[in-house]
Amino acid sequence: MSGMTLYDKLWESHLIREDEAGTALLYIDRHLVHEVTSPQAFEGLRLAGRKPWRTSSILAVPDHNVPTTNRSAGIKDPVSRTQVDTLDRNCADFGITEFSMLDPRQGIVHVIGPEQGATLPGMTVVCGDSHTSTHGAFGALAFGIGTSEVEHVLATQCLIQKKSGNLQIRVDGKLAPGVAAKDVVLAIIGKIGTAGGTGYAIEFSGAVLEALSMEGRMTVCNMAIEAGARAGMIAVDDTTIDYLSRRPYTQQVDLWDRAVNAWRGFVSDADATFDKHVSLDASALAPQVTWGTSPEMVTSVDGYVPDPDQEPDPVKRDGMCKALDYMDLQPGTPITEIRPDHVFIGSCTNARIEDLRAAAAVSRGQTVAAGIKQALVVPGSGLVKQQAEAEGLDRVFRDAGFEWREPGCSMCLAMNADRLAPGDRCASTSNRNFEGRQGQGGRTHLVSPAMAAAAAISGHFVDVRDTAGR
Amino acid sequence: MEKFISLTGIVAPMDRPNVDTDAIIPKQFLKSISRSGFGPNLFDEWRYLDHGEPGMDHSGRTLNPEFVLNQERYQGASILLGRENFGCGSSREHAVWALLDYGFRVVIAPSFADIFFNNCFKNGVLPIVLDSSTVSRLFTAVETTPGYRLTVDLLAQRITMPDKDSIAFEVDRFRKDCLMRGLDDIGLTLQHTAAIRAYEERRRAEAPWLFTNLPE
Ligand code: SF4
Repeated sequence: MSGMTLYDKLWESHLIREDEAGTALLYIDRHLVHEVTSPQAFEGLRLAGRKPWRTSSILAVPDHNVPTTNRSAGIKDPVSRTQVDTLDRNCADFGITEFSMLDPRQGIVHVIGPEQGATLPGMTVVCGDSHTSTHGAFGALAFGIGTSEVEHVLATQCLIQKKSGNLQIRVDGKLAPGVAAKDVVLAIIGKIGTAGGTGYAIEFSGAVLEALSMEGRMTVCNMAIEAGARAGMIAVDDTTIDYLSRRPYTQQVDLWDRAVNAWRGFVSDADATFDKHVSLDASALAPQVTWGTSPEMVTSVDGYVPDPDQEPDPVKRDGMCKALDYMDLQPGTPITEIRPDHVFIGSCTNARIEDLRAAAAVSRGQTVAAGIKQALVVPGSGLVKQQAEAEGLDRVFRDAGFEWREPGCSMCLAMNADRLAPGDRCASTSNRNFEGRQGQGGRTHLVSPAMAAAAAISGHFVDVRDTAGR
Repeated sequence: MEKFISLTGIVAPMDRPNVDTDAIIPKQFLKSISRSGFGPNLFDEWRYLDHGEPGMDHSGRTLNPEFVLNQERYQGASILLGRENFGCGSSREHAVWALLDYGFRVVIAPSFADIFFNNCFKNGVLPIVLDSSTVSRLFTAVETTPGYRLTVDLLAQRITMPDKDSIAFEVDRFRKDCLMRGLDDIGLTLQHTAAIRAYEERRRAEAPWLFTNLPE
C-alpha cells in the first residue's frame, strides 16, 4: 500500500462516517466567523431552536464592513452598521469569542486566526469565506463554505463533504531578489488556469515553498481558491513550529512537546501518490502583473498585454476581448507603460508584517508619483499595525505620501467606504481582479506588495528586480 | 428548502466563462441580513446602467438593453446556461439566493466552482455539468430558437429538448435525494449525534490542544 498525502491524513483523522457513495461527515476543529456570511446562519439556528455545538471552536471578527479611518466615530453606513451590530449581538447571545471592531486584535479573519495561534497543524478550519484556504499554510485542511454550511457547522460541528483529488504543485529553484510569494502563486494560476485546481486539494511543495516564511506560505495558500481549489496546503516543518511557538493561544497549549510531535506528522509520506502533478521552476520567474479580469490573465512585468487574435480557443478569445475592453488596454502595450492612479496595499493575501516591510523597503525616502490619486496601506490586523508602527514603517509610508489606515478588508472588495470610482485603475495586492471588485467600473491589476509600492512611486509598473538586488 | 423533482422552463444563455459570484450579486447587496429579496439585484452591474444600492426602488432604474436577461425572449427563464468555471470567486451564498429569487432553478455549465456548486444544492437549485460540446450545442439552439425550453427531470437524470432528443446527466446520490425530498441536512447530521460525541471524546484524549478554550 502506498503512503498517504497530507490531505489524506487530514481527511482521515476527521472522518466520522462515510457512506458507500463517498459522502462523508467531517469533524470541524476551528470555525472562523465574520459579519457578512453569518447573520442568516445564526438566524436559521434560532428559528430551529438550536445552539452552537461547541462555542470554544469559534472565533469571530468583523472585517469586511469596518471603516479604516476614525473608528471611534462608529460606522456611518447604516446597512454596514446593522451587519456588524448583528455579529456583536449573535456572539454575545451565544457566548462566542469575538474581537470586536475596537479591540486591538481585530483584523481580517484570515490574518488574525494564524496570528493568534487559533489555526494549528492537523486542524480542519472553515469560515464562510473562500480565502479560508490561507490557513492551509499550517498543514491544516482549511476551506471556505457557504452560509448554509456555516449554519450546519454551528449546529453540528460537522460538514457533509466528498473527498477531493490530490494535486501536487511543486515549485523548485530559488526566487530572484524582489520576486515574492505573490508572484509564485500568480504564475501558478497563469499556468493552470482559474479552474485548474477544481475538484482538488492542492499541496504546494518544493524548494521555493520550503524557503518561504509563514507569511509567504499564507499568501500562496490564500490564492489556491483562485486556482479553483477549495483547499491549498503546505507540510509542517521547522518554520511552521517556530511561528507557532510565538502565538498568544499556543502559550496555552500545555503538552507543547506532545503537540509539536503530532504536528510534525502532518506531511505527505515519501511514497504518497497524487492524482495530478504540476511543477514549475521559479528561478527565472519575473514579478507578475494581471492585465485582465480574472487572476489567470497574468503576465510578467517585462511582458506585454496579450493579443486576443493569437488565442485559438473562441470562448477564451471572447473572454480576453471583453477583459481588455473593460480594462481599457490595447494588445501589445508593455506592462511597464500601464499607469495606475490608485494603489492598494492590504487584504488577507498581502497585509501581514512581512508584506508591509517589503512595501516599505521600496518606499523609504521616496515620494508617491504625482499621477497617483490615492495610495492606501491597510494593515491586516491591529497587531500587524502595532508591529509596523513599532518598526517605524507607518512613518516611511506617510512620509512618502501613502495613507496609513485601520485594519480590515477595505478596498479588497470595497464593502466599506474605500472603493474605486468608475474608470479608476488600481495596482492592488489583493487576490481578485474581477469586474467591479474594488468598486463598480474600477480596474484592478494584481501584484505583490513591493510591486504595488514601486508602482506608486514611479506612477507606472516597474520591475522591482532592478532595484531589489542593489 | 423547496423540493426539486422536474421542471420545464425557458433557457437563458450567459455566454462567458468564469462568471464570478461578485458579478452574480455585487458586494453592496451582501450587507443584508436576510436570505431573500436578492432577485432584483441579480447581475446588478450588467443588468442596469445606473449604480444600485441596497434599499433602492429598483423598478425605476435604467435597464441595460444589451444585457441578455433584459431581452424580451428570455423573460420568465428558469434555466441558466453558462460556460466554464461558473460561480467562481467569493463563497457568498447570496449568489445562489439571488438566482433563486429571480426564478432560476437550474444552472447548466461545463464546470462549476466547488463552493458555488455546493451552495446550489443547499437551496434547491440544481447545477448540471455537461461536456463543453453539448453546452455549445445548447447555446446555438437557445440563441437561434426564441422561447427555447428544456425539461429537466431529476429523478430520471435527463434533460429533454424540444425535439424530444434527450441528454443524461450525473448527480451525486445523496444530493439528489436531499433535493428531491427538500431535506434539511442539519437534521440528517444530527441523527449521528452519538457518533460525533464519540469522535470528540476520542480526539480530546488524542489531541487535547484542539479543544482548549480561546481566551476572551
Ligand atoms: S481581505 Fe478581501 S479576500 Fe480577504 S477576506 Fe477580506 S474581502 Fe475577502
